[in-house]
Amino acid sequence: MAPPSSRRSGFSKKAQYSLFTGYLLACAGVLLGFGLLALSLWQPGAFSPLRGAATDVVAPAGELGAVTRAGSQGFFAGIAGYFNAGMQNDELRREVEIARIRLAEADAVKAENQRLKGLLGLSEAESKPIAVARLVGSTATSGRRHAYISAGANDGVQPGMPVVSERGVIGRVLETGRNSARVLLLTDSESVLPVRRAADNVIAFAEGRGDGLLRIRLVNLGVNPLKVGDLMVTSGAGGYYRSGVAVAVIAKIIPDGGIAQLIAEPGATNYVAVEPIAQAAAVEALDAAEQPSPKPSASPSSKPAPSPAALETVD
Amino acid sequence: MERLDPRARSDIYGSRINRAPSPLRARSVPYITIMLGSVVPVLLIADLMPLTPSLGFLMLLAWRMVRPGLLPLWAGAPLGAFDDLVSGQPFGSAILLWSLAMIAIEIIETRFPWRGFWQDWFTASTIAVIYWLVSLLVSGASLTPEMLLVALPQALLSVLLYPIIARLVAGLDRFRLARARKLD
Repeated sequence: MAPPSSRRSGFSKKAQYSLFTGYLLACAGVLLGFGLLALSLWQPGAFSPLRGAATDVVAPAGELGAVTRAGSQGFFAGIAGYFNAGMQNDELRREVEIARIRLAEADAVKAENQRLKGLLGLSEAESKPIAVARLVGSTATSGRRHAYISAGANDGVQPGMPVVSERGVIGRVLETGRNSARVLLLTDSESVLPVRRAADNVIAFAEGRGDGLLRIRLVNLGVNPLKVGDLMVTSGAGGYYRSGVAVAVIAKIIPDGGIAQLIAEPGATNYVAVEPIAQAAAVEALDAAEQPSPKPSASPSSKPAPSPAALETVD
Repeated sequence: MERLDPRARSDIYGSRINRAPSPLRARSVPYITIMLGSVVPVLLIADLMPLTPSLGFLMLLAWRMVRPGLLPLWAGAPLGAFDDLVSGQPFGSAILLWSLAMIAIEIIETRFPWRGFWQDWFTASTIAVIYWLVSLLVSGASLTPEMLLVALPQALLSVLLYPIIARLVAGLDRFRLARARKLD
């Protein structure tokens, strides 16, 4: 098939000019794209208001998708459940027995914890989530691992806030729109999270590899103390996350740490909670120190207050 | 007259008498479907690895190949800007790459004016694979070997999806030119 003759200008001045203008505009598009790309690689936040507005438009459709996804997951799980019900029953019974024992142990540990905290004079307030939202979408075509949640600046969500599910850490808020926010997932290759081993205090960094696994890099090198199956939790260093939220389980040992699997997989999550920055005052002070012209420092009470309205609507 | 085959008065675009294609539909369908192609993958939760190739880009390629001359040469820039807003790539990457793709197809078309489906598929998949690699490079993340490995199915899928999307676009083109407007 030959291209249509309208592409050939011939002797018509009008056609020649319009063809030339087309090429000119296309080249202008290339240059514009190059400039914008360089700008957004240099200043990643430069276009966040634009993107926020676009996400606000897409989010309602994502909400619908999230409902369908949750429904279909339940449906297929229900069918699969019939098949190995007997075997599962046996296994579950055994597991419940073990869980009861563990629960009793945990109660003991909790009591001891409380006693020790009392001795130290610490009073740790349970952090209330700022908002509870659905995961409505993600960047499925890009190499970046971002997700969109259906709560934004109107619900009090701000960049930097940790996002957790009932199982563990999902990620961190990157940009906010009015009714939606973009979350940097732990699996993104730019994501770094300070963690420690749950059992003791072996500290490390959990870095996303970009392929769904986390790379646990130990801070103190030497003999690698990690073992397959170790649970890594947030250490609270850096001030963004509260300490002790589950992150990943070690699946493989490498010389300087391990390869770990996520505990809270966003794809299997319906609701996530956006929590306030654990040590907002410390993070603010750090930001102010990094900026060349420090703003007048805000008082420590500027910690974002959780909005109870956002909680009630979703519960 | 009543014996005349009723199909004689119609073609694949519908009845020929007293009907005309809707100009709004004829102009908007390519742009709307390409934008939909950009938005649809956003609704998937891809938490571990990229799942689909850029459907918006594949739609653009298919519209350009199936209907040469319909999209203006500069159409890559505005459509790419919309794709950048939702795709998670740094803003500007699709403006640049989609514009370059349009220019590249234009040059290939003037080089090889007589072409068929296989050549279209070859051109589209070469461009799609280059686009896949470059958009990974400029995604703003440091490219790890693992990342490249898990993104490989994306490249394969974009090659295999082209014929299906080209058929889809051909169907959409029939819808676009269907005689929906009644002339009174």
